[in-house]
Amino acid sequence: MGFPWAQEYQPKSGFMRWIDQRLPLPRLVYGAVGGGYPVPRNLNHFWNFGVLAGVALAIQIVTGIVLAMHYNANADTAFASVEHIMRNVNQGWFLRYAHANGASFFFIVTYIHIFRGLYYGSYKAPREMVWLLGLVIFLLMMATAFMGYVLPWGQMSFWGAKVITGLFGAIPLVGEALQTWLLGSFAPDQSTLTRFFSLHYLLPFVIAGVIILHIWALHIPGSSNPTGVDVKGPQDTVPFHPYYTAKDGFALAIFMLLLAAVIFYAPNYLGHADNYIPANPLATPAEIVPEWYFWPFYAILRAFTVDFILPAKLWGVIAMFGSIVLLFFLSWLDPSPVRSGNYRPTFRIFFWILIVDVIVLGYCGGKPAEQPYVMISQLATIYYFAHFLIILPILSHVERTLPLPNSISESVLHGEAEEAAPYGTPSRGAQPQPQPQPAH
Amino acid sequence: MATVEQTEGTAATAPHGQGADGVRRRDFLNIGAVTAAGVGAAALVYPLVNQMNPTADVLALASIDVDVSAIQPGQAIKTIWRKQPIFIRHLTPAEIRDASNVDVSDLRDPETLADRTAEGKPQWLITLGVCTHLGCVPLGTAEGENRGEYHGYFCPCHGSHYDTAGRIRRGPAPLNLEVPEYVFLNATTVRIG
Repeated sequence: MGFPWAQEYQPKSGFMRWIDQRLPLPRLVYGAVGGGYPVPRNLNHFWNFGVLAGVALAIQIVTGIVLAMHYNANADTAFASVEHIMRNVNQGWFLRYAHANGASFFFIVTYIHIFRGLYYGSYKAPREMVWLLGLVIFLLMMATAFMGYVLPWGQMSFWGAKVITGLFGAIPLVGEALQTWLLGSFAPDQSTLTRFFSLHYLLPFVIAGVIILHIWALHIPGSSNPTGVDVKGPQDTVPFHPYYTAKDGFALAIFMLLLAAVIFYAPNYLGHADNYIPANPLATPAEIVPEWYFWPFYAILRAFTVDFILPAKLWGVIAMFGSIVLLFFLSWLDPSPVRSGNYRPTFRIFFWILIVDVIVLGYCGGKPAEQPYVMISQLATIYYFAHFLIILPILSHVERTLPLPNSISESVLHGEAEEAAPYGTPSRGAQPQPQPQPAH
Repeated sequence: MATVEQTEGTAATAPHGQGADGVRRRDFLNIGAVTAAGVGAAALVYPLVNQMNPTADVLALASIDVDVSAIQPGQAIKTIWRKQPIFIRHLTPAEIRDASNVDVSDLRDPETLADRTAEGKPQWLITLGVCTHLGCVPLGTAEGENRGEYHGYFCPCHGSHYDTAGRIRRGPAPLNLEVPEYVFLNATTVRIG
């Protein structure tokens, strides 16, 4: 893994040498997130969000394991056990609010992470596998979050479970049988709650496993960077530790401050008040809305209102799943060799339109299914698909991109040509600078 | 990039940010940042650990009031306190006499009956119904149960014999049956816990 100039792990003590010879785990960690992983020296703060997502997952696992010690996956007592956590368990209110808002923050940093990848072309060769594994993580996250939202067994839990599993009911022929199989009943019930709890506990560990593959795949070519230019030599990189551990640490402090602000001052801002009403199979809430992080997809689902060959409901389901499935083909839909949006002036305009488009979709997804929101959702859905299926393929062939810098260090050092010369090319007297080493 | 190439070895030249004592400004920042992070982490560990302590609803049941007026001398009842059995025995004068006549220095866990009962109420023996060996519930509260060789309680699990003051006399148990904190609210009501 990594570049030939990556620092080798040197055990600092006899004990660590003994460990290293028998189980080279310290070596693995050193090479993955330590001084042994050379990273482009020009990463900006958008490169913090992968680490933040990892921390968010860790927060969810720790708080979740603790909540599971007090939660009761029983349709009769689940709601009361959540209130028990809020009222009786020592600091239970904090743990539950940290878990509920931690999920929202996990999605916030993951969405920024995804859009970072879209803007800087992180999905392009040779990092297609990183992108594909990331999408798998994203799908697992959505499944986990959905099932977690069902567990408190409030009104939104119950009716959300009914609506989302109802999506599978739209599939022709097998749909209804599939929905019944997923629920273990004809409506969300004890069987649904128990299996969702089981899977909600399992999937985060599956996510952790795929994250390891995600990072492994990333470390084959190494991290991308804001210029999109390949690393050409040691002068283009710095060791991950301490340079990016410090930068990530700073971002982590900001992240924790924001999360704490929401937990302590607006813990229910991102939730829905109706979920504090116990589930009632006989009374549907006035409007059923999923958690905010599903709103863009919910808007796409509801944008289809006319039967055309297939029922409108089925079109909505196909489009909603399609909106994510097409991202799996993104590396091939956009074959432009220039990775970074910084050097693609036209792409950049469409990228920002896409951001606005997704925000508009999200806004409409949180509103009732009535005009004008349905009409806006329809237009925004058309643009979403057009962006990926029409605009990007055409753009990658016709766009006139800006000249790329010769190397990362040239782009950083602006005109200091000798220092920035690509590694190995003869320059007027100056030797290539070695990768800067941290002070020990 | 000048600052990152400083090493301890260049202390003699005292580069930027390094005082005469060899302490760099960055050392201060490192210690400050790691300390702040450590305090934050410790603060977060507290709720994660403390959530495993008894919850408020468990603590709300931590004391119980028991009406003992119906217990005749020689009888005992079993009740539940903090999810554990509690034995309340109304001792007969003969049992009090037996318990008081024992030479305390011969006991494995030396305590007098007076140590184990409330002042002025030596007839009320209130103990946890949990054998101090491995936690079984001893026999002897109900009519006709085996009360052991010392006529108190007998633990059937490993054969521990307790006397009429609930003190261990024979068998593997190391200690006397535990006496919980209690007060008599009036002549017939006792608050345990």
